[in-house]
Amino acid sequence: MPLTSKHLLGLDGMPKEDIQLILETATSFREVLERPIKKVPTLQGKTIVNLFFESSTRTRISFELAERRLSADVINFSADASSVRKGETLKDTARNIEVMKVDMVVIRHAAPGSAHFLSNVVQANVINAGDGSHEHPTQALLDMYTIREKYGTLEGLQICIVGDISHSRVALSNIYGLRTMGAKVSVCGPKTLIPKNIEDLGVEAFYNVDDAIRQADILNVLRIQLERQDRALFPSLREYRQYFGITRERITKAKKEITIMHPGPINRDVELSADLADGEHSLILQQVLNGVAVRMAILYLLGTQH
Amino acid sequence: MNILLKNSRLIEPVSGRDTVTDILIVDGIIEKIGVSVVANKNTELYDLKGKIVAPGFLDMHVHLREPGFEYKETIETGTLAAAAGGFTAVCCMPNTNPTIDDASVVQYIKDRSRKVNKGIVDVYPVAAVTKGREGKELSPMFELVEAGVVGFTDDGSPIENPEIMRRALEYASMLNKPIIQHAEELTLTRGGVMNEGRVSTSLGMQPMPSIAEEIVIERDIRIAKYVDAQYHVAHISTAGSIELIREAKKKGLPVTCEVTPHHFSLTDEAVRSFDSNTKMNPPLRTRDDVEAIKEGLRNGIIDAIATDHAPHSYDDKQVEYMFAPFGIVGLETALGLAIKELVDTKILTIAELIEKFSHNPRKILHLPQIKIAEGEIANLTLFDPSIEWVVDIRKFKSKSKNSPFDGYKLRGKAVGIINNRSFLFSS
Repeated sequence: MPLTSKHLLGLDGMPKEDIQLILETATSFREVLERPIKKVPTLQGKTIVNLFFESSTRTRISFELAERRLSADVINFSADASSVRKGETLKDTARNIEVMKVDMVVIRHAAPGSAHFLSNVVQANVINAGDGSHEHPTQALLDMYTIREKYGTLEGLQICIVGDISHSRVALSNIYGLRTMGAKVSVCGPKTLIPKNIEDLGVEAFYNVDDAIRQADILNVLRIQLERQDRALFPSLREYRQYFGITRERITKAKKEITIMHPGPINRDVELSADLADGEHSLILQQVLNGVAVRMAILYLLGTQH
Repeated sequence: MNILLKNSRLIEPVSGRDTVTDILIVDGIIEKIGVSVVANKNTELYDLKGKIVAPGFLDMHVHLREPGFEYKETIETGTLAAAAGGFTAVCCMPNTNPTIDDASVVQYIKDRSRKVNKGIVDVYPVAAVTKGREGKELSPMFELVEAGVVGFTDDGSPIENPEIMRRALEYASMLNKPIIQHAEELTLTRGGVMNEGRVSTSLGMQPMPSIAEEIVIERDIRIAKYVDAQYHVAHISTAGSIELIREAKKKGLPVTCEVTPHHFSLTDEAVRSFDSNTKMNPPLRTRDDVEAIKEGLRNGIIDAIATDHAPHSYDDKQVEYMFAPFGIVGLETALGLAIKELVDTKILTIAELIEKFSHNPRKILHLPQIKIAEGEIANLTLFDPSIEWVVDIRKFKSKSKNSPFDGYKLRGKAVGIINNRSFLFSS
C-alpha cells in the first residue's frame, strides 16, 4: 500500500494510515541500523538532492545518512536563502537541478510554503525538511516514532510542547501528527511566543509551566531562539529560564515520570537543564537515532512507490 | 462616430431612471433618447436587448505602473484593461518611479492617457501626499491640483506620522481634495504576509493583525474631525474598520471608504493554496470580515468599489510566498465579482451597484457627475448583468495576469464603453 501523496510536504491533513505506514516501515529500517552492514540497495540508481537554503547540521546529516544507507546517489546544495534571492530564484534553481534527472528533492527553506511551491514546479518527489515556521514533518514523525517506541501507542498520551510556538515548524507538525494519532497536545510558553489563535488547532495553551507539567506525560522542549528578543517577545534569557525553563526541580514537583524530548540543538540550562537532557527520562539521543530510520522509511516509500 | 443603442436598459441612479429605450449618439453626444429611434445610414446599430447602459464607471484605485515599472503595466495596457472591465475612468496611484509628486509627472501621465486607446479612458492621477512618499515633506499640492490631480495618497505606504497627517489634511482641504489613506500601523505588520488568524497560525505565516488597520483609521478620524477635513480610507478590509467609519458617518464627518472586490469575494482560507496571487495588502481577512463588508456595502457605510489593480509580472509572483510582492490585478474581474457576490445575493440592486462604481467615487473626488441626457457627452458603461463567463487570465488586456480568480465562473460582464467621442465594444 503506497502513501496517498507523492510528496511529503507536511502533516496537516495527512491521513492516519499514512502516518502509521511510515512509522511501521521505520521499524524495519531501525532494525537495519543495528546490523553490522548498515546499507541496503533499495534506492540504488536513484538520485536525491538535498537543497538546503538554511543552515542545518543535524537534519542534513540525518537525511544524507538515510539516503546513503539506501544506496541513493546524493548531491548536496547549500546556500543562504538571501544570497539565492539576489540572483537565481528558487524556481530556477529547482528546474536546473531537475533537468539533470533528479528523482527526489529534500528542501529546507526559510519561507513557509516553499516545499509546496517546489512541488508545483518540479516532477521529482519533494520532501519538506523544514519550511520556515510552517512544518517540519520528518521531525514530527521521528518524534512520534520515538514516543511510540517507549509507550507502545500514541493514543491518549498527553504531550506538551514547551517554548517558542509562534516560530516553530516542529510545533505545528507535532500538533497535526499527534492529534491525528489520537494524542492530546498542549503548548506552553510566554504568551508572546504562542500564536493568538492556537486553540483553533485543537490544543490547550498554558502560560504557567507547572500547570503544563502537571497534566503532561511528555514534554517536547523547543530551542529558544536568542534572536527573538529584539522584537520584544521576551525580556531576557534569564527570565525565560527562571519562569519557563524545564528543570529537575519542576519535574520533581509533578510527582510522576515525565519523559523529556527536544528536537535539538539544545541551549543547555536555558530551556532545559543539562541534567534532565542527559537524564534517565530523556529520549533526546533516541530521537536522533530514530530520525535516520524514519527518513529512510519516507525515502523508501516515496522513492519506490511513487 | 454615430451609434444607435437599441433596446438598452438605461439605469441612471441619480435620477432614479430605469427604462428600456433607444439611445442615439452622434459624434459622441447623446442626440436622442426614446423609443423607436431610427438610424440613418452612417450609424452603427447595436441591439442591447437585456443589457444595461449606465453612467461610466470610475475605478478610483488603480496602479498603472507607468512611469517606472512598464514591465508590469503601462498607461496603454492598463487603460485597455480598464475599458475591457467597463471603466471609462481610472485614478492612478502615485507609487511610480518617479513618484507622482511633481506637476511634470502628472502632465506626462495625462498626455500619455490622451494618446493611447484614442483617449477613451480618462486617467485622473492621485498624487503623493509627501515628496517621494517618504512621509516627511508635503508635496506641492496647489501645483499638483492645477496640473490635474484629484486627490492625495502615499498608497502602498501609510501616512504614519500623525503630525504629517494633520498638516496634509489641513493643506488639502484648502484645495477641496481628499487625503486617501492606506491604513496600516507598520510596527504591527512587520514581516507579515497574511491576516492574523487561525489560517496564519496553521500555516506558520507571519501575521498582519486587523488592529494594524483599525488603529490608523481611528487615529485619522480624530485628526480629520479636529481639523475639519475630508478623509477617505482606501481598500478597507476589517469589520472593526467598518464600525469606525459607521460611527464617523453617524457624527456627520466627511469620512468615506472604498472596498476591493477581492475583499468581499475571498477569505484568508484562500492562502492555504500558497498561491502568491492570494497575497495582497491589506490581506484577505476572515469570513466575519467579509460578512461585515457586505453589510457595509448594503447599508451604505462603504461608499465605493475600487479594484486596487496592482499588476505584477509572472516572475515577480512566481517566488516563495513570503518573497512575493503584494497585490493582484482587478480591473477585468471587478464587475463580474460584484454582480456575483453582491447583486445575485441581493445585497445590492443594480442601481446601487452603479452608484458604487460611478456616482460615489466621483462624489468623493469632486468630479462632475455623468448625466445621461440629450445634449450631454456620452460617458457610458454597457454591461450584461446575466451573462455567465469563466475568467481566463490569458485573455486579460492587462500586461500582468496576477489574479487568484483564474478559472472562476462569474456572472455579469462589460460589453463596451463609450467616452470622449470613442467607443470600444468587446467582441
